[in-house]
Parts: sequence; structure tokens; C-alpha cells
Amino acid sequence: MSTSRGLFGTSLARKYWMALTGLFLCSFLVVHLLGNLPLLTGNQEAFNAYAHFMTTFPLIKAVSYLLYASILLHSIDGLVLARQNMAARPAGYVKYNGAANANWSSRNMALLGTITLLFLIIHLKSFWFEMHFGFVPNWTDAEGNLYKDLYTITVAAFQQTWYALFYVVAMLGLGLHLWHGFASAFQTMGWSHPRYTPMIKALGYGFAIMVPLLFASIPLYILLT
Amino acid sequence: MKFTLNVWRQNGPQDKGRMETYQVDQVSDDMSFLEMIDVLNEQLIHQNIDPVVFDHDCREGICGMCSMFINGEAHGPGRGVTTCQLHMREFSDGDTITIEPFRAKAFPIIKDLMVDRSAFDRIIQAGGFVSVNTSGNLPDANATRIEKSHADAAFDAATCIGCGACVATCKNASAMLFTSAKVSQFALLPQGQVEASERVLHMVNQMDLEGFGNCTNTGACEVECPKGISIENIARMNREYLSVSLTTK
Repeated sequence: MSTSRGLFGTSLARKYWMALTGLFLCSFLVVHLLGNLPLLTGNQEAFNAYAHFMTTFPLIKAVSYLLYASILLHSIDGLVLARQNMAARPAGYVKYNGAANANWSSRNMALLGTITLLFLIIHLKSFWFEMHFGFVPNWTDAEGNLYKDLYTITVAAFQQTWYALFYVVAMLGLGLHLWHGFASAFQTMGWSHPRYTPMIKALGYGFAIMVPLLFASIPLYILLT
Repeated sequence: MKFTLNVWRQNGPQDKGRMETYQVDQVSDDMSFLEMIDVLNEQLIHQNIDPVVFDHDCREGICGMCSMFINGEAHGPGRGVTTCQLHMREFSDGDTITIEPFRAKAFPIIKDLMVDRSAFDRIIQAGGFVSVNTSGNLPDANATRIEKSHADAAFDAATCIGCGACVATCKNASAMLFTSAKVSQFALLPQGQVEASERVLHMVNQMDLEGFGNCTNTGACEVECPKGISIENIARMNREYLSVSLTTK
């Protein structure tokens, strides 16, 4: 069977990679959210310990490279697919009623993905870059362990109104991306079943609302208290 | 009824094309959309203007020939209908109606509203068939037992008339609904399962070669499909293609 091009190059293969990296990034969102919830209780010790653990524990370090690779693959693959899709209709319609048959977020995944990527670059610069390569003041916990004080940096960042509001807007974009993306990944992988697909869709909508809402509540909480 | 029609006019594949505005009156609300175009063309011939070229054949919603992108939707605003089954009573007297050809790189415009959909034929030629000898001692059709739900799903997929509304509607001009329906109608039946692996590979490869876009799972295709083909077929094709890609040598 010489025609098989395996899992690279074909339209379907590119979609599988989009779906798999997308779902992996969803699992990252959950872990990232749980680790950041101490910010809502003002627990400096728990947050700094979490940040220390995430930057030093070997298994997490290994998974973090998989995460960077997934972000890159999801972004580049998405860009290639979007370009191919635009090329597939070189002359557009004079009148196109997209709202008649598909919801807005499903028609704007590339735009929403780009917004999320831009947010991610700024977000990584503010915290990830500072934690790894920049200057973060030291902090000692009750038992005398030395940590980097990411907590103070984070709280200071979110006390700036424009920065906190930027996060809220970005989370709205992420929520819309997930609104379509979550269940879409299952459809792409062919994981469709009359009994389970409605549950996956409901789970996807719940995920798209709850995760960005909880993330957005962190800068809002810090800004308002 | 009276209508103002904005119609795409294009002299040939190389022509740039433009919208032209025409007025039609004496349209009955019982006319089909194609009959309304017939009235327009009659009028244009009397005015010594080239009539509008459009595809049509059976005019009873089964051949898949009529196309047209009407007011921003494939086959117009109706659901589960082709353009020949769309009646003028769906519109209001005095409406302005925008009429364009199906647009996709893989569906080049021949003239005006007529497009070349032979890319679909080439996808079928790549594997949309069962290569069995049809002469000689064939087993009785009823001797092969097929689960009712499989037979029904295969039949539903086979009702695809290959009109191209899915491609025209898709924001990416993707042919996934068509290709997956043709893959599914065979994959669900024992006669088709023998060649199922080669079929899905060949048909997807041909679909890519034709320059169709990729599927974003918007679901617009199944909404606009005159035969109500479900995107469950796309999931089935994705599943088949994935397992074949992982297991072939």
C-alpha cells in the first residue's frame, strides 16, 4: 500500500496533530489552574512552593518540553492549515451568510488562536521568562527554605488595571477557542459515538466556561482587593 | 412577484467576473428558483443580452446538478432542498436576491453560475467503488446478512447526490462531507470492507490533491446539505484513516 503517507503531510494527519496537541494543552490548563488557585486565597507559601516545584522537579521539567513542543506544533500546524484553507477559495463570495449554519467561534478558530498565542507570549514574558532568566527576589518560608518570590511579582503585575483587564479579555478569547475546540478535537480523532458525543460536547462547553472564568478571576481578585 | 437580482456574470474561466443587476417581474410564488431564472433568461434573450448560464438537470432534487449560492447560502435559505426545490414563496415580493456560483479553487467557474465539479468524479475514481466481478454465479443478495443499523447508516450516506453544497458552504471549501459519505457507504457494508483500507487512503489523497481545504468541524456542511448527510460520516472517515495510517506498512 504505497499510497499511505502515514501521519504526516495529509490534511487529516495535520488535523490529528491539531487535536492531540489541543487536548494536551487542555490538560495543561487544568494543572496550571490548580497550581495558581493559591493566589485567590493569598497563600504566598503554597504559591511559591508550587512555582519552585514546577521549575525544579525532573518529571515536570520533562513534561514542560513536551508542552513547549505542543504549543509550537499547535501554532505552526494551525497556521499552515489556515493558509491552505484560504488558498482553497481564492475568490471569495460577495455575500456569505456564515451565521446561518455555524456558530461564530467555530468560524474564527484561527483568529481566536492568534489572540491566545499573543496573550501567551506576553504572559510567558511576564512570569516564565522572569522566573527562569530574569530577576525575582528571594523569599524564605517558615522552615528557612529559600524560594524565588514569584507571588510578590504576580500580585504586583495584577495590581496594574490595564494588565489585569488584558488578562480578562484574553481569557474571553481562550474561552471562545475552547467552546469549539474541545469537542472538535474528539470529532477530528474520530472519537464519535451517539451515546458519548453529547456528553463530550457538554463537558467541552463546561470546560470552556469554567477554566477561563477561574483564570480570569485571579487578576480580578488581586486588582479589587 | 417582483425581484431585484444581483447575478454573478463571468464570460469564461479566465474572465474576472462581475455582479450585474436585473429586474424580474411576473414571477409566480409557485415557481421554483430555476423557473424564475428561466423567466429572467427569456427576458434577457428578448433584450439581446447573453442569458445566464447555470447547471440544472432533473429539477426534482435528485441529480445534484443545480448549484448556485443564493443570498449567502448554498441552494439558498431552504433546508434539505436543492435549488430546483426552492420556491419563490420562500422570498418576499420586492426582495433583492444575490446569486453567485459555488466558489472553490477545486470547482473552477466555467461560465456565470456554472462550475466544474469533476474534482468529485476524480475522488470517486480514486476508490469510491467495489471492484467485484458482476457476471457469473453471484450469491443471492439476501444471503449476506447485514445489521439493520449498518444498512440504514450506509443508505443514509449513499443518499449524497454529489452536488457540492458542502464545499460551497464550508468556509474552508473542504470536501470532507462528500468524501466521508462516499467512504462510509462502502465501509459499513461487508462488500465494501474488503477494500476499505485502500479506499480511504486513495480517496483522501485525491481530495488533498484537488486543492480542497481542511475540515474545521464547523458543521455548516450538514446544515446546508440537501440530503442531510451527517458529519458523523466525517468522524467515521477520520477514524478509518487514522487506523489505516497507523497499521499499513
